[in-house]
Amino acid sequence: MDFLNNINLAFIIASAVKIVFFTFVVILPMVAYSVYAERRGSAIIQDRVGPNRTGIPMTLLGFKKDIPLSGLLQPMADGLKFLLKEDFTPDHVNKFYYWLAPVLTMVPALLTAAVIPFGSEFDLGWVDAISKWGWVKWLTDLVGITISGDWTQHPVKMVIADIGVGPLYTFAIASLSVYGIVLAGWSSNSKFPFLGGVRSSSQMISYEISLGLSIIPVLMIFGDLNLSKIAQFQDANGWLLLPAWGKGLTLGRWVLLIPVFISFIIFTVSMFAETNRTPFDLPECETELVGGYHTEYSSMKFALFFMGEYAAMIIGSGMIVTLFFGGWSIPFAPALGLDYKAGATPLWLGLAHFATFIAKVIAFILLFIWVRWTLPRFRYDHLMKLGWLVFFELALANIILTAIILMCFPL
Amino acid sequence: MATIVVQRPKLKWHERWFISTLIKGLKITMGHAIHTWGTLLRGKGEVTMQYPEEKWDASLPEHYRGAPALVTDEHGRERCVSCQLCEFICPPRAITITPEEIPNNDPWAKVEKRPREFKIDMIRCIYCGMCEEVCPEQAIFLRKDYAISGETRASMVHDKKRLYEIGGVRTGLVNKWNELK
Repeated sequence: MDFLNNINLAFIIASAVKIVFFTFVVILPMVAYSVYAERRGSAIIQDRVGPNRTGIPMTLLGFKKDIPLSGLLQPMADGLKFLLKEDFTPDHVNKFYYWLAPVLTMVPALLTAAVIPFGSEFDLGWVDAISKWGWVKWLTDLVGITISGDWTQHPVKMVIADIGVGPLYTFAIASLSVYGIVLAGWSSNSKFPFLGGVRSSSQMISYEISLGLSIIPVLMIFGDLNLSKIAQFQDANGWLLLPAWGKGLTLGRWVLLIPVFISFIIFTVSMFAETNRTPFDLPECETELVGGYHTEYSSMKFALFFMGEYAAMIIGSGMIVTLFFGGWSIPFAPALGLDYKAGATPLWLGLAHFATFIAKVIAFILLFIWVRWTLPRFRYDHLMKLGWLVFFELALANIILTAIILMCFPL
Repeated sequence: MATIVVQRPKLKWHERWFISTLIKGLKITMGHAIHTWGTLLRGKGEVTMQYPEEKWDASLPEHYRGAPALVTDEHGRERCVSCQLCEFICPPRAITITPEEIPNNDPWAKVEKRPREFKIDMIRCIYCGMCEEVCPEQAIFLRKDYAISGETRASMVHDKKRLYEIGGVRTGLVNKWNELK
Protein backbone atom coordinates (compact mmCIF):
# COMPACT_ATOMS: atom_id res chain seq x y z
CA MET A 1 0.00 0.00 0.00
CA ASP A 2 2.85 2.28 -0.79
CA PHE A 3 0.91 4.40 -3.25
CA LEU A 4 -1.42 5.63 -0.51
CA ASN A 5 1.52 7.54 0.96
CA ASN A 6 2.04 9.34 -2.32
CA ILE A 7 -1.51 10.62 -2.73
CA ASN A 8 -1.59 14.35 -3.09
CA LEU A 9 -4.72 15.27 -1.17
CA ALA A 10 -4.67 18.90 -2.30
CA PHE A 11 -4.61 17.73 -5.94
CA ILE A 12 -7.59 15.42 -5.44
CA ILE A 13 -9.62 18.07 -3.63
CA ALA A 14 -8.74 20.63 -6.31
CA SER A 15 -9.86 18.19 -9.05
CA ALA A 16 -13.13 17.47 -7.27
CA VAL A 17 -13.82 21.17 -6.81
CA LYS A 18 -13.01 21.79 -10.48
CA ILE A 19 -15.32 18.99 -11.63
CA VAL A 20 -18.22 20.30 -9.54
CA PHE A 21 -17.55 23.93 -10.48
CA PHE A 22 -17.17 23.44 -14.24
CA THR A 23 -20.10 21.01 -14.51
CA PHE A 24 -22.68 22.54 -12.22
CA VAL A 25 -21.69 26.20 -12.14
CA VAL A 26 -20.40 26.70 -15.69
CA ILE A 27 -21.83 24.14 -18.13
CA LEU A 28 -25.32 23.37 -16.79
CA PRO A 29 -26.36 27.04 -16.35
CA MET A 30 -24.88 27.69 -19.79
CA VAL A 31 -27.03 24.86 -21.17
CA ALA A 32 -30.12 26.36 -19.53
CA TYR A 33 -29.40 29.85 -20.79
CA SER A 34 -28.43 28.75 -24.29
CA VAL A 35 -31.94 27.30 -24.52
CA TYR A 36 -33.23 30.73 -23.46
CA ALA A 37 -30.93 32.42 -26.00
CA GLU A 38 -32.13 30.00 -28.65
CA ARG A 39 -35.77 30.86 -27.96
CA ARG A 40 -35.21 34.62 -27.83
CA GLY A 41 -32.84 34.49 -30.82
CA SER A 42 -35.25 32.51 -32.97
CA ALA A 43 -38.02 34.88 -31.90
CA ILE A 44 -36.29 38.06 -33.02
CA ILE A 45 -35.13 36.42 -36.25
CA GLN A 46 -38.76 35.51 -36.99
CA ASP A 47 -40.10 38.96 -35.95
CA ARG A 48 -41.55 37.74 -32.66
CA VAL A 49 -40.96 38.57 -29.00
CA GLY A 50 -40.22 35.18 -27.43
CA PRO A 51 -40.50 34.24 -23.75
CA ASN A 52 -40.43 37.60 -21.98
CA ARG A 53 -42.69 37.11 -18.97
CA THR A 54 -41.34 34.47 -16.61
CA GLY A 55 -39.92 36.41 -13.71
CA ILE A 56 -40.50 36.73 -10.00
CA PRO A 57 -44.17 35.76 -9.42
CA MET A 58 -45.10 38.58 -7.03
CA THR A 59 -48.82 37.97 -7.63
CA LEU A 60 -48.46 34.68 -5.78
CA LEU A 61 -47.36 36.67 -2.72
CA GLY A 62 -50.32 38.97 -2.93
CA PHE A 63 -48.78 41.86 -4.88
CA LYS A 64 -50.45 43.54 -7.83
CA LYS A 65 -47.78 42.93 -10.49
CA ASP A 66 -45.15 40.34 -11.37
CA ILE A 67 -41.56 41.34 -12.05
CA PRO A 68 -40.97 39.98 -15.58
CA LEU A 69 -37.12 40.37 -15.79
CA SER A 70 -37.43 39.92 -19.60
CA GLY A 71 -38.18 36.25 -19.03
CA LEU A 72 -34.75 35.54 -17.56
CA LEU A 73 -36.23 32.98 -15.18
CA GLN A 74 -37.73 30.97 -18.04
CA PRO A 75 -35.04 28.22 -17.81
CA MET A 76 -35.97 27.63 -14.14
CA ALA A 77 -39.63 27.29 -15.09
CA ASP A 78 -38.69 24.90 -17.90
CA GLY A 79 -36.60 22.80 -15.52
CA LEU A 80 -39.40 22.73 -12.94
CA LYS A 81 -41.83 21.66 -15.64
CA PHE A 82 -39.56 18.80 -16.70
CA LEU A 83 -39.21 17.67 -13.08
CA LEU A 84 -42.95 17.70 -12.39
CA LYS A 85 -44.09 16.06 -15.64
CA GLU A 86 -45.19 12.46 -15.66
CA ASP A 87 -42.30 10.18 -16.58
CA PHE A 88 -44.11 7.89 -18.96
CA THR A 89 -42.54 4.63 -20.14
CA PRO A 90 -44.52 3.09 -23.01
CA ASP A 91 -45.40 -0.58 -22.75
CA HIS A 92 -43.79 -1.66 -26.00
CA VAL A 93 -40.25 -0.44 -25.35
CA ASN A 94 -37.16 -2.36 -24.35
CA LYS A 95 -37.00 -1.01 -20.81
CA PHE A 96 -33.29 -1.39 -20.02
CA TYR A 97 -31.98 0.32 -23.15
CA TYR A 98 -34.82 2.81 -23.06
CA TRP A 99 -33.59 4.00 -19.66
CA LEU A 100 -29.92 3.79 -20.63
CA ALA A 101 -30.19 5.90 -23.81
CA PRO A 102 -30.76 9.40 -22.30
CA VAL A 103 -27.88 8.83 -19.88
CA LEU A 104 -25.60 7.81 -22.73
CA THR A 105 -26.38 11.08 -24.49
CA MET A 106 -25.84 13.40 -21.54
CA VAL A 107 -22.83 11.79 -19.86
CA PRO A 108 -20.36 11.81 -22.81
CA ALA A 109 -21.23 15.44 -23.47
CA LEU A 110 -20.25 16.34 -19.91
CA LEU A 111 -17.23 13.99 -19.85
CA THR A 112 -15.60 15.76 -22.77
CA ALA A 113 -15.48 18.91 -20.67
CA ALA A 114 -12.62 17.31 -18.70
CA VAL A 115 -9.87 18.27 -21.15
CA ILE A 116 -11.07 21.74 -22.18
CA PRO A 117 -8.91 24.47 -20.63
CA PHE A 118 -11.44 26.95 -19.26
CA GLY A 119 -8.72 29.39 -18.23
CA SER A 120 -5.00 29.70 -17.71
CA GLU A 121 -4.42 29.22 -13.98
CA PHE A 122 -6.00 30.12 -10.69
CA ASP A 123 -3.64 31.77 -8.20
CA LEU A 124 -4.16 30.62 -4.61
CA GLY A 125 -2.12 33.45 -3.06
CA TRP A 126 -5.30 35.05 -1.73
CA VAL A 127 -5.75 32.11 0.66
CA ASP A 128 -2.49 33.13 2.35
CA ALA A 129 -3.67 36.70 2.53
CA ILE A 130 -7.01 35.76 4.06
CA SER A 131 -5.43 33.48 6.64
CA LYS A 132 -3.55 36.50 8.03
CA TRP A 133 -6.79 38.44 8.70
CA GLY A 134 -7.49 39.02 12.41
CA TRP A 135 -10.65 37.02 12.94
CA VAL A 136 -9.66 34.22 10.56
CA LYS A 137 -6.34 33.85 12.41
CA TRP A 138 -8.20 33.84 15.73
CA LEU A 139 -10.61 31.19 14.47
CA THR A 140 -7.92 28.90 13.01
CA ASP A 141 -5.83 29.24 16.19
CA LEU A 142 -8.91 28.28 18.20
CA VAL A 143 -9.51 25.13 16.13
CA GLY A 144 -5.77 24.49 15.97
CA ILE A 145 -5.20 24.26 12.20
CA THR A 146 -3.12 26.23 9.74
CA ILE A 147 -4.66 27.06 6.38
CA SER A 148 -1.69 28.24 4.36
CA GLY A 149 0.92 25.74 3.39
CA ASP A 150 2.72 24.32 0.42
CA TRP A 151 -0.51 24.02 -1.60
CA THR A 152 -1.20 27.75 -1.64
CA GLN A 153 2.15 28.37 -3.34
CA HIS A 154 1.21 26.50 -6.54
CA PRO A 155 -1.51 27.94 -8.80
CA VAL A 156 -4.24 25.54 -9.91
CA LYS A 157 -4.66 24.93 -13.64
CA MET A 158 -8.16 25.73 -14.86
CA VAL A 159 -8.58 22.41 -16.64
CA ILE A 160 -9.98 19.31 -14.99
CA ALA A 161 -7.58 16.79 -16.55
CA ASP A 162 -4.37 18.20 -18.01
CA ILE A 163 -3.63 15.17 -20.17
CA GLY A 164 -1.51 14.84 -23.32
CA VAL A 165 -4.25 13.37 -25.57
CA GLY A 166 -6.77 16.23 -25.46
CA PRO A 167 -8.52 16.17 -28.86
CA LEU A 168 -8.22 12.37 -29.15
CA TYR A 169 -9.97 11.97 -25.81
CA THR A 170 -12.71 14.39 -26.87
CA PHE A 171 -13.38 12.54 -30.13
CA ALA A 172 -13.30 9.14 -28.41
CA ILE A 173 -15.87 10.18 -25.81
CA ALA A 174 -17.98 12.41 -28.05
CA SER A 175 -18.53 9.58 -30.54
CA LEU A 176 -19.99 7.51 -27.69
CA SER A 177 -22.95 9.87 -27.55
CA VAL A 178 -24.20 8.42 -30.85
CA TYR A 179 -24.88 5.18 -28.96
CA GLY A 180 -27.39 7.07 -26.85
CA ILE A 181 -29.28 8.17 -29.95
CA VAL A 182 -29.07 4.79 -31.67
CA LEU A 183 -30.20 2.96 -28.52
CA ALA A 184 -33.05 5.41 -28.06
CA GLY A 185 -34.18 4.82 -31.62
CA TRP A 186 -33.89 1.07 -31.38
CA SER A 187 -35.32 0.51 -27.89
CA SER A 188 -38.36 2.71 -28.57
CA ASN A 189 -39.64 -0.10 -30.80
CA SER A 190 -41.46 2.22 -33.15
CA LYS A 191 -40.65 3.14 -36.73
CA PHE A 192 -39.92 6.88 -36.54
CA PRO A 193 -37.42 6.72 -33.67
CA PHE A 194 -35.84 3.75 -35.43
CA LEU A 195 -35.36 5.74 -38.64
CA GLY A 196 -33.91 8.59 -36.56
CA GLY A 197 -31.44 6.23 -34.90
CA VAL A 198 -30.34 4.74 -38.22
CA ARG A 199 -29.86 8.19 -39.74
CA SER A 200 -27.90 9.32 -36.71
CA SER A 201 -25.44 6.42 -36.90
CA SER A 202 -24.74 6.85 -40.61
CA GLN A 203 -24.43 10.61 -40.21
CA MET A 204 -21.97 10.22 -37.34
CA ILE A 205 -19.78 7.78 -39.27
CA SER A 206 -19.52 10.09 -42.26
CA TYR A 207 -18.76 13.19 -40.21
CA GLU A 208 -16.51 11.71 -37.53
CA ILE A 209 -13.91 10.92 -40.21
CA SER A 210 -13.70 14.44 -41.60
CA LEU A 211 -13.88 15.83 -38.06
CA GLY A 212 -10.85 13.82 -37.04
CA LEU A 213 -8.89 14.40 -40.26
CA SER A 214 -9.59 18.13 -40.29
CA ILE A 215 -7.63 18.85 -37.12
CA ILE A 216 -4.55 16.86 -38.13
CA PRO A 217 -3.08 19.96 -39.89
CA VAL A 218 -3.68 21.90 -36.68
CA LEU A 219 -1.90 19.27 -34.61
CA MET A 220 0.95 19.21 -37.15
CA ILE A 221 1.45 22.93 -36.60
CA PHE A 222 1.33 22.71 -32.80
CA GLY A 223 3.18 19.40 -32.54
CA ASP A 224 1.30 18.76 -29.31
CA LEU A 225 -1.98 17.15 -28.25
CA ASN A 226 -2.24 18.81 -24.86
CA LEU A 227 -5.02 21.38 -25.13
CA SER A 228 -3.70 23.65 -22.37
CA LYS A 229 -0.25 23.73 -24.05
CA ILE A 230 -2.00 24.50 -27.37
CA ALA A 231 -3.76 27.44 -25.71
CA GLN A 232 -0.51 28.64 -24.11
CA PHE A 233 1.30 28.46 -27.44
CA GLN A 234 -1.41 30.56 -29.10
CA ASP A 235 -1.32 33.03 -26.22
CA ALA A 236 2.40 33.60 -26.78
CA ASN A 237 2.55 33.26 -30.58
CA GLY A 238 -0.77 34.40 -31.99
CA TRP A 239 -4.00 32.53 -32.52
CA LEU A 240 -4.09 30.02 -35.33
CA LEU A 241 -6.60 32.15 -37.24
CA LEU A 242 -5.12 35.48 -36.10
CA PRO A 243 -1.31 35.17 -36.14
CA ALA A 244 -0.58 38.78 -35.24
CA TRP A 245 2.03 38.63 -32.48
CA GLY A 246 5.07 36.65 -31.30
CA LYS A 247 6.18 33.96 -33.73
CA GLY A 248 2.92 34.50 -35.60
CA LEU A 249 4.47 37.38 -37.50
CA THR A 250 6.63 35.03 -39.62
CA LEU A 251 5.67 34.44 -43.25
CA GLY A 252 5.13 30.71 -42.67
CA ARG A 253 2.27 31.26 -40.23
CA TRP A 254 0.50 33.55 -42.68
CA VAL A 255 0.85 31.04 -45.55
CA LEU A 256 -0.44 28.38 -43.16
CA LEU A 257 -3.64 30.39 -42.80
CA ILE A 258 -4.92 28.72 -46.03
CA PRO A 259 -4.96 25.12 -44.71
CA VAL A 260 -5.94 26.34 -41.24
CA PHE A 261 -8.97 28.11 -42.65
CA ILE A 262 -10.00 24.99 -44.61
CA SER A 263 -9.56 22.96 -41.41
CA PHE A 264 -11.67 25.45 -39.51
CA ILE A 265 -14.52 25.25 -42.04
CA ILE A 266 -14.52 21.44 -42.11
CA PHE A 267 -14.25 21.21 -38.33
CA THR A 268 -17.08 23.68 -37.71
CA VAL A 269 -19.44 22.09 -40.24
CA SER A 270 -18.64 18.62 -38.89
CA MET A 271 -19.29 19.93 -35.39
CA PHE A 272 -22.75 21.03 -36.52
CA ALA A 273 -23.36 17.47 -37.76
CA GLU A 274 -21.81 15.93 -34.66
CA THR A 275 -24.09 17.88 -32.31
CA ASN A 276 -27.22 17.25 -34.45
CA ARG A 277 -27.83 20.92 -35.09
CA THR A 278 -29.70 22.26 -38.08
CA PRO A 279 -28.94 22.02 -41.04
CA PHE A 280 -27.83 18.49 -40.07
CA ASP A 281 -30.53 17.61 -37.53
CA LEU A 282 -31.75 14.64 -39.56
CA PRO A 283 -32.02 12.23 -36.59
CA GLU A 284 -34.75 14.33 -35.03
CA CYS A 285 -36.22 16.17 -38.00
CA GLU A 286 -39.77 16.94 -36.88
CA THR A 287 -41.28 17.30 -40.32
CA GLU A 288 -40.47 13.75 -41.44
CA LEU A 289 -39.92 11.69 -38.31
CA VAL A 290 -42.40 13.16 -35.79
CA GLY A 291 -39.71 13.82 -33.19
CA GLY A 292 -37.00 11.48 -34.43
CA TYR A 293 -35.17 9.37 -31.87
CA HIS A 294 -36.86 10.98 -28.85
CA THR A 295 -40.46 10.56 -30.05
CA GLU A 296 -41.31 8.09 -27.28
CA TYR A 297 -39.57 10.04 -24.52
CA SER A 298 -41.16 12.41 -22.04
CA SER A 299 -40.33 14.48 -18.99
CA MET A 300 -36.79 14.30 -17.54
CA LYS A 301 -35.63 11.62 -19.97
CA PHE A 302 -36.48 13.91 -22.88
CA ALA A 303 -34.82 16.78 -21.00
CA LEU A 304 -31.61 14.75 -20.79
CA PHE A 305 -31.53 14.40 -24.60
CA PHE A 306 -32.22 18.08 -24.92
CA MET A 307 -29.56 19.10 -22.40
CA GLY A 308 -27.11 16.62 -23.93
CA GLU A 309 -27.49 18.33 -27.30
CA TYR A 310 -26.80 21.75 -25.84
CA ALA A 311 -23.94 20.51 -23.64
CA ALA A 312 -22.36 18.93 -26.72
CA MET A 313 -22.78 22.25 -28.50
CA ILE A 314 -21.01 24.12 -25.67
CA ILE A 315 -18.13 21.64 -25.56
CA GLY A 316 -17.91 21.70 -29.37
CA SER A 317 -17.67 25.48 -29.29
CA GLY A 318 -15.02 25.12 -26.59
CA MET A 319 -13.00 22.82 -28.86
CA ILE A 320 -13.25 25.18 -31.84
CA VAL A 321 -12.24 28.12 -29.65
CA THR A 322 -9.33 26.25 -28.10
CA LEU A 323 -7.94 24.94 -31.38
CA PHE A 324 -8.45 27.92 -33.67
CA PHE A 325 -9.12 31.00 -31.56
CA GLY A 326 -6.56 30.74 -28.81
CA GLY A 327 -8.78 29.32 -26.06
CA TRP A 328 -8.60 31.60 -23.04
CA SER A 329 -6.03 33.94 -24.56
CA ILE A 330 -6.83 37.63 -24.76
CA PRO A 331 -6.12 39.10 -28.24
CA PHE A 332 -2.77 40.93 -28.50
CA ALA A 333 -2.01 39.75 -24.96
CA PRO A 334 1.83 40.16 -24.98
CA ALA A 335 1.52 43.72 -26.29
CA LEU A 336 -1.03 44.58 -23.61
CA GLY A 337 0.84 42.70 -20.88
CA LEU A 338 -2.14 40.42 -20.37
CA ASP A 339 -0.36 37.21 -21.40
CA TYR A 340 0.06 34.07 -19.37
CA LYS A 341 3.22 33.73 -17.28
CA ALA A 342 3.65 30.17 -16.05
CA GLY A 343 3.19 30.06 -12.28
CA ALA A 344 3.06 33.84 -11.92
CA THR A 345 -0.33 34.83 -13.37
CA PRO A 346 -2.11 37.06 -10.90
CA LEU A 347 -5.60 36.12 -9.75
CA TRP A 348 -7.40 38.87 -11.68
CA LEU A 349 -5.66 37.90 -14.92
CA GLY A 350 -6.60 34.25 -14.40
CA LEU A 351 -10.23 35.28 -13.99
CA ALA A 352 -9.97 37.55 -17.06
CA HIS A 353 -8.69 34.57 -19.09
CA PHE A 354 -11.65 32.51 -17.85
CA ALA A 355 -14.07 35.30 -18.83
CA THR A 356 -12.42 35.56 -22.26
CA PHE A 357 -12.91 31.86 -22.86
CA ILE A 358 -16.57 32.01 -21.83
CA ALA A 359 -17.12 35.08 -24.04
CA LYS A 360 -15.65 33.28 -27.07
CA VAL A 361 -17.78 30.19 -26.40
CA ILE A 362 -20.91 32.35 -26.10
CA ALA A 363 -20.07 33.99 -29.43
CA PHE A 364 -19.90 30.55 -31.03
CA ILE A 365 -23.18 29.44 -29.45
CA LEU A 366 -24.82 32.54 -30.92
CA LEU A 367 -23.38 31.55 -34.31
CA PHE A 368 -24.87 28.05 -33.89
CA ILE A 369 -28.26 29.62 -33.12
CA TRP A 370 -27.99 32.10 -35.98
CA VAL A 371 -27.20 29.35 -38.52
CA ARG A 372 -29.97 27.12 -37.17
CA TRP A 373 -32.65 29.71 -37.88
CA THR A 374 -31.19 30.58 -41.29
CA LEU A 375 -30.60 27.31 -43.11
CA PRO A 376 -33.25 24.72 -43.96
CA ARG A 377 -32.49 21.06 -43.28
CA PHE A 378 -30.30 19.25 -45.83
CA ARG A 379 -31.72 16.40 -47.83
CA TYR A 380 -30.32 13.09 -46.66
CA ASP A 381 -28.35 12.20 -49.80
CA HIS A 382 -26.94 15.74 -49.98
CA LEU A 383 -25.65 15.33 -46.45
CA MET A 384 -23.99 12.00 -47.24
CA LYS A 385 -22.49 13.40 -50.43
CA LEU A 386 -21.09 16.41 -48.59
CA GLY A 387 -19.56 14.22 -45.91
CA TRP A 388 -18.06 11.45 -48.04
CA LEU A 389 -17.32 13.12 -51.38
CA VAL A 390 -16.30 16.62 -50.33
CA PHE A 391 -15.14 16.96 -46.74
CA PHE A 392 -13.32 13.63 -46.54
CA GLU A 393 -11.21 14.32 -49.64
CA LEU A 394 -10.74 17.97 -48.76
CA ALA A 395 -9.47 17.07 -45.30
CA LEU A 396 -7.01 14.54 -46.75
CA ALA A 397 -5.72 17.03 -49.34
CA ASN A 398 -5.46 19.63 -46.61
CA ILE A 399 -3.10 17.43 -44.60
CA ILE A 400 -0.77 17.07 -47.60
CA LEU A 401 -0.95 20.81 -48.30
CA THR A 402 -0.04 21.58 -44.69
CA ALA A 403 2.86 19.13 -44.82
CA ILE A 404 4.24 20.81 -47.94
CA ILE A 405 3.90 24.28 -46.44
CA LEU A 406 5.54 23.15 -43.20
CA MET A 407 8.41 21.72 -45.27
CA CYS A 408 8.97 25.06 -47.00
CA PHE A 409 8.50 27.22 -43.91
CA PRO A 410 9.66 25.24 -40.86
CA LEU A 411 8.21 26.80 -37.69
CA MET B 1 -51.30 14.23 -70.55
CA ALA B 2 -49.38 17.35 -70.93
CA THR B 3 -45.83 17.31 -69.75
CA ILE B 4 -44.64 20.56 -68.22
CA VAL B 5 -40.91 21.01 -68.32
CA VAL B 6 -39.87 23.13 -65.36
CA GLN B 7 -36.82 25.24 -66.02
CA ARG B 8 -34.62 24.93 -62.95
CA PRO B 9 -32.58 28.03 -62.21
CA LYS B 10 -28.98 27.68 -63.32
CA LEU B 11 -26.89 28.06 -60.17
CA LYS B 12 -23.34 29.30 -60.15
CA TRP B 13 -20.77 27.10 -58.40
CA HIS B 14 -20.68 29.28 -55.28
CA GLU B 15 -24.45 29.19 -55.06
CA ARG B 16 -24.51 25.41 -55.44
CA TRP B 17 -21.99 25.00 -52.63
CA PHE B 18 -23.92 27.22 -50.23
CA ILE B 19 -21.16 29.82 -50.05
CA SER B 20 -22.84 32.97 -51.34
CA THR B 21 -26.31 31.68 -50.51
CA LEU B 22 -25.38 31.01 -46.89
CA ILE B 23 -23.99 34.53 -46.52
CA LYS B 24 -27.10 35.96 -48.15
CA GLY B 25 -29.36 34.00 -45.80
CA LEU B 26 -27.37 34.97 -42.72
CA LYS B 27 -27.64 38.61 -43.79
CA ILE B 28 -31.43 38.38 -44.10
CA THR B 29 -31.93 36.73 -40.71
CA MET B 30 -29.53 39.15 -39.02
CA GLY B 31 -31.41 42.05 -40.59
CA HIS B 32 -34.70 40.78 -39.15
CA ALA B 33 -33.09 40.11 -35.79
CA ILE B 34 -31.57 43.61 -35.53
CA HIS B 35 -34.79 45.26 -36.64
CA THR B 36 -37.00 43.33 -34.21
CA TRP B 37 -34.55 43.68 -31.34
CA GLY B 38 -34.28 47.40 -31.95
CA THR B 39 -38.06 47.73 -31.89
CA LEU B 40 -38.21 45.76 -28.64
CA LEU B 41 -35.45 47.78 -26.99
CA ARG B 42 -36.94 51.13 -27.97
CA GLY B 43 -40.32 49.97 -26.68
CA LYS B 44 -42.00 51.81 -29.55
CA GLY B 45 -43.57 50.23 -32.59
CA GLU B 46 -45.34 46.91 -32.87
CA VAL B 47 -43.75 43.48 -32.91
CA THR B 48 -46.61 41.21 -31.94
CA MET B 49 -49.83 41.80 -29.99
CA GLN B 50 -49.19 41.17 -26.28
CA TYR B 51 -52.26 39.01 -25.82
CA PRO B 52 -53.72 39.24 -22.33
CA GLU B 53 -53.04 42.99 -22.12
CA GLU B 54 -53.88 43.83 -25.72
CA LYS B 55 -56.86 42.19 -27.36
CA TRP B 56 -58.31 42.09 -30.83
CA ASP B 57 -61.92 42.27 -29.58
CA ALA B 58 -62.71 45.67 -31.10
CA SER B 59 -61.66 44.45 -34.54
CA LEU B 60 -63.63 41.19 -34.48
CA PRO B 61 -65.73 41.00 -37.68
CA GLU B 62 -69.53 40.90 -37.51
CA HIS B 63 -69.62 37.33 -38.74
CA TYR B 64 -67.23 36.09 -36.07
CA ARG B 65 -68.29 32.72 -34.66
CA GLY B 66 -67.67 32.53 -30.92
CA ALA B 67 -69.57 30.80 -28.15
CA PRO B 68 -73.20 29.81 -28.99
CA ALA B 69 -75.80 31.41 -26.70
CA LEU B 70 -79.57 31.65 -26.25
CA VAL B 71 -81.42 34.97 -26.51
CA THR B 72 -84.66 36.38 -25.14
CA ASP B 73 -86.93 38.71 -27.12
CA GLU B 74 -88.07 42.24 -26.25
CA HIS B 75 -90.83 40.88 -23.93
CA GLY B 76 -88.37 38.90 -21.90
CA ARG B 77 -89.70 35.65 -23.36
CA GLU B 78 -87.22 32.95 -24.17
CA ARG B 79 -87.25 32.41 -27.89
CA CYS B 80 -86.35 28.75 -27.82
CA VAL B 81 -89.38 26.52 -28.29
CA SER B 82 -87.45 23.33 -27.68
CA CYS B 83 -87.86 21.90 -31.17
CA GLN B 84 -84.44 20.19 -30.76
CA LEU B 85 -83.37 20.84 -34.37
CA CYS B 86 -80.06 22.25 -33.13
CA GLU B 87 -79.55 19.17 -31.00
CA PHE B 88 -80.00 16.94 -34.03
CA ILE B 89 -77.88 18.99 -36.42
CA CYS B 90 -74.98 19.58 -34.00
CA PRO B 91 -72.04 17.66 -35.60
CA PRO B 92 -70.12 16.98 -32.38
CA ARG B 93 -73.38 16.46 -30.39
CA ALA B 94 -72.52 19.19 -27.95
CA ILE B 95 -76.14 20.27 -27.33
CA THR B 96 -78.51 18.47 -24.96
CA ILE B 97 -82.09 19.76 -24.55
CA THR B 98 -84.68 18.62 -22.03
CA PRO B 99 -88.04 19.92 -23.33
CA GLU B 100 -90.96 20.89 -21.12
CA GLU B 101 -94.60 21.90 -21.66
CA ILE B 102 -95.53 25.45 -20.76
CA PRO B 103 -98.28 25.33 -18.11
CA ASN B 104 -101.74 26.73 -19.02
CA ASN B 105 -101.62 29.58 -16.54
CA ASP B 106 -98.51 31.02 -18.16
CA PRO B 107 -99.04 34.19 -20.27
CA TRP B 108 -97.10 32.49 -23.13
CA ALA B 109 -99.04 29.26 -22.89
CA LYS B 110 -99.84 29.33 -26.60
CA VAL B 111 -96.11 28.78 -27.38
CA GLU B 112 -96.68 25.30 -25.86
CA LYS B 113 -93.04 24.22 -25.42
CA ARG B 114 -89.89 25.54 -23.83
CA PRO B 115 -86.62 23.97 -22.72
CA ARG B 116 -86.44 22.89 -19.10
CA GLU B 117 -82.72 22.48 -19.45
CA PHE B 118 -80.47 23.51 -22.32
CA LYS B 119 -76.86 22.37 -22.11
CA ILE B 120 -73.97 23.07 -24.49
CA ASP B 121 -70.75 21.22 -23.77
CA MET B 122 -68.08 23.75 -24.69
CA ILE B 123 -65.40 21.05 -24.76
CA ARG B 124 -67.25 19.43 -27.66
CA CYS B 125 -68.46 22.56 -29.47
CA ILE B 126 -66.61 23.21 -32.73
CA TYR B 127 -68.11 26.70 -33.33
CA CYS B 128 -69.51 25.66 -36.74
CA GLY B 129 -72.66 27.78 -36.39
CA MET B 130 -75.03 25.11 -37.69
CA CYS B 131 -77.29 25.50 -34.62
CA GLU B 132 -77.70 29.18 -35.46
CA GLU B 133 -78.44 28.40 -39.09
CA VAL B 134 -80.99 25.69 -38.38
CA CYS B 135 -82.93 27.46 -35.61
CA PRO B 136 -86.47 28.31 -36.88
CA GLU B 137 -87.13 30.72 -33.99
CA GLN B 138 -83.81 32.57 -34.19
CA ALA B 139 -83.16 31.74 -30.58
CA ILE B 140 -79.55 30.62 -30.69
CA PHE B 141 -76.68 32.79 -31.90
CA LEU B 142 -72.94 32.56 -31.98
CA ARG B 143 -71.53 35.47 -29.98
CA LYS B 144 -68.05 36.97 -29.94
CA ASP B 145 -66.89 35.28 -26.71
CA TYR B 146 -63.84 33.14 -27.48
CA ALA B 147 -61.84 32.85 -24.26
CA ILE B 148 -63.87 30.11 -22.63
CA SER B 149 -62.07 28.23 -19.91
CA GLY B 150 -62.83 26.24 -16.82
CA GLU B 151 -61.05 24.19 -14.22
CA THR B 152 -63.27 21.10 -14.44
CA ARG B 153 -65.13 19.36 -17.24
CA ALA B 154 -68.42 20.14 -15.48
CA SER B 155 -67.69 23.86 -15.46
CA MET B 156 -67.19 23.75 -19.23
CA VAL B 157 -70.84 22.74 -19.76
CA HIS B 158 -72.91 25.89 -20.24
CA ASP B 159 -76.39 25.51 -18.74
CA LYS B 160 -79.50 27.50 -19.61
CA LYS B 161 -78.81 30.30 -17.12
CA ARG B 162 -75.26 30.83 -18.39
CA LEU B 163 -76.44 30.69 -22.04
CA TYR B 164 -79.00 33.45 -21.50
CA GLU B 165 -76.34 35.43 -19.62
CA ILE B 166 -74.03 35.33 -22.64
CA GLY B 167 -76.86 35.80 -25.16
CA GLY B 168 -78.78 38.69 -23.65
CA VAL B 169 -81.75 40.25 -25.40
CA ARG B 170 -82.36 40.45 -29.15
CA THR B 171 -85.15 42.76 -30.26
CA GLY B 172 -87.18 42.54 -33.43
CA LEU B 173 -86.97 39.91 -36.09
CA VAL B 174 -83.34 39.36 -36.78
CA ASN B 175 -82.56 38.97 -40.44
CA LYS B 176 -80.86 35.64 -40.26
CA TRP B 177 -80.17 35.48 -43.97
CA ASN B 178 -77.96 38.50 -43.65
CA GLU B 179 -75.02 37.60 -45.81
CA LEU B 180 -72.59 38.45 -43.03
CA LYS B 181 -74.28 36.11 -40.58
